[in-house]
Amino acid sequence: MKIRLNGEDYETEAETLKQLIQELQITTDRVAVELNLTIIRKADHDATTIKENDAVEIIQFVGGG
Amino acid sequence: MQDNLVIKGIEFRSRLWVGTGKYKDFEETARAVEASGADVVTVAVRRVNITDRKSENLLDFIDPKKYKILPNTAGCFNVEDALRYSRLAREAGVSDMVKLEVIGDERTLFPDVIGTLKATEILAKEGFMVFPYTNDDPIMAKRLVDAGAVAVMPLAAPIGSGLGIRNPYNLKIILESATVPVIVDAGVGTASDVAVAMELGSDAVLLNTAIAGAKDPIMMASAMNHAVLAGRLAYKAGRIGRKLYATASSPIEGML
Repeated sequence: MKIRLNGEDYETEAETLKQLIQELQITTDRVAVELNLTIIRKADHDATTIKENDAVEIIQFVGGG
Repeated sequence: MQDNLVIKGIEFRSRLWVGTGKYKDFEETARAVEASGADVVTVAVRRVNITDRKSENLLDFIDPKKYKILPNTAGCFNVEDALRYSRLAREAGVSDMVKLEVIGDERTLFPDVIGTLKATEILAKEGFMVFPYTNDDPIMAKRLVDAGAVAVMPLAAPIGSGLGIRNPYNLKIILESATVPVIVDAGVGTASDVAVAMELGSDAVLLNTAIAGAKDPIMMASAMNHAVLAGRLAYKAGRIGRKLYATASSPIEGML
């Protein structure tokens, strides 16, 4: 199915946030995840299902002042 | 002599706080941070690169166990965005601290102080330790403290401008009236600017471009480290008064 991932169209097999993050091979210890503008805590990634056209944002820390 | 800055029970080992933007690579960032002696390191919140997921992560070079990570809301031009970035930063799990920036204008990057005040109030209620970037305005500093800021961060000059302390008198008034630590943030160009800020009695200085943009960032980081220490000591030691005419240092007595 097609979702919006970090502002881009993205095709995924994942059914939950946890599966999506695994599919992306992202380690979750230093990222934060938002689903349709709501922050989803790490503990809830497994139980959070994603559906067509959902907007997922995954952020990390980068250099900044 | 123990002279560490303490904010809300957290002890800070250095009064120099540094940013991590504009470096050539993460390796240079790490070396500059190390040379600066800084304890607090600011970072920005941005999207993970989905197409190049194997790219290196800043926090692999700046160890959150060794440094206090202070996420910022740089690039946010309204309250809602600043709140969103702050909450995401907290969820990413390095701290409850946030360097709050609500920017009012792209050209000057001056803070939108009204938005900053609103966001400070909301985030403080949510349990954040809010460090708001603000103008060198003593009244606004007071309002931010009333809204729950744990420190205030008045600018010395526009971000990245290197113009130095443009309004030492306002800064002095902020320092005299502040009930929380005052951290001069943005606009310093070189070591003497940092020393001046510290001599005025600032509790700390936060800078980025002055180190990252120097010809030799590692050497400048070390210079800034020394400047903070020198300025702090001079402040504590208490400088002499200014006089128009000379007073001899050598005795008159015993002259031929």
